[in-house]
Amino acid sequence: MDTCIEKIRAIGADLLAKGTVEKVIGFANGSIPMATRPVAVTSPKDMDKLVFNCVCGLNLANYVSKNSLSKKEGKIAVVAKGCDARNLVTHIVENQISRDQIYIIGVPCTGMVDKRKIAALFEDEITGFEEDGDTLTITSASKTETVKKADVLRHNCGVCTHRNPPVYDVMAGDPVEEQTLDQPYEDVDQIAAMDPDARWAYFEKLTQNCIRCYACRNACPLCYCPTCFVDESGPQWVGKGQDETDVTTFHFLRAFHCAGRCTDCGACVEACPMGINVRDFTRKLNKDALELFGWEAGLDLDKRPPLDVYSPNDPNDFIK
Amino acid sequence: MMGNLLEHMGVDRDRVHFSWISSAEATKFVDVVKEISEKVRALGPNKKFVKDYNK
Repeated sequence: MDTCIEKIRAIGADLLAKGTVEKVIGFANGSIPMATRPVAVTSPKDMDKLVFNCVCGLNLANYVSKNSLSKKEGKIAVVAKGCDARNLVTHIVENQISRDQIYIIGVPCTGMVDKRKIAALFEDEITGFEEDGDTLTITSASKTETVKKADVLRHNCGVCTHRNPPVYDVMAGDPVEEQTLDQPYEDVDQIAAMDPDARWAYFEKLTQNCIRCYACRNACPLCYCPTCFVDESGPQWVGKGQDETDVTTFHFLRAFHCAGRCTDCGACVEACPMGINVRDFTRKLNKDALELFGWEAGLDLDKRPPLDVYSPNDPNDFIK
Repeated sequence: MMGNLLEHMGVDRDRVHFSWISSAEATKFVDVVKEISEKVRALGPNKKFVKDYNK
């Protein structure tokens, strides 16, 4: 995957030099090891700021909708993994941007790592991080650990079946092999196997540490409403405190707003400072969208999302 | 899908009902309300998604 970055930089520099795009949105190194941040590069000479490795866990589609709200801006190039590209498709389908406003630099992705899994191997602060193919070398003041990337992959990347961007203008590498899974929604099934009270207890425990920072919402490319329902004060849809009912309501509604739209990119979990697996909510919706409507978000520019259109074949056994 | 997610989160399915009733369908409205009342009465008071102001 490291080899892609030279290609990404070359493509980006070329696009900027030719004036095809105004800026290139990609990942840059963060201020600490194992962290990346989104960056918008506007000059070919700054192209070496861009990086691409296995800690680029955020979703860059998020930075396009907010940027292109003013239509005056020129074309924007986006470095897009499979999920980022799917979210760009969702943006286009939902009329947030038009296809000709963006230039998608597709990156075949072999998954991002779960930083919490790596941090759990250490008792002290991580001071160094190297990626070499499938092997990661992580150092701290006290020791050096070498781990296989596959062992510390994020859960959503482990169950990802769209590693290559479905829509792109140029690819920065050869497509990687897609995974085929026997049980793509094993985690959802495990929760579903519990009885109702156990499920309620599971979700209550899951969200008990939530500090209502809304990082999950802010990291999500789907959440582009000018005023979010949680910030609205007239009417106030949901209480703002840490009452468990309000917290559960927030998580339930946030997830439901993603129904039939979520690409399971994992940015919400990546952003959560409390390590809450908020995907437990959206995964159920993704499973239902697939089972009830045969739908996976962001794969096709010409298809409307299932909750967006009426079809006589829509399942209707829930309604009297 | 909303009902399914609520059920997945542990809310009893019989507490969540969806119905489409025209203003001209008074008898259907009565029937649906009766059915919902019976189902919810059978379940007893709801303890989930309820704020406890005494805490």
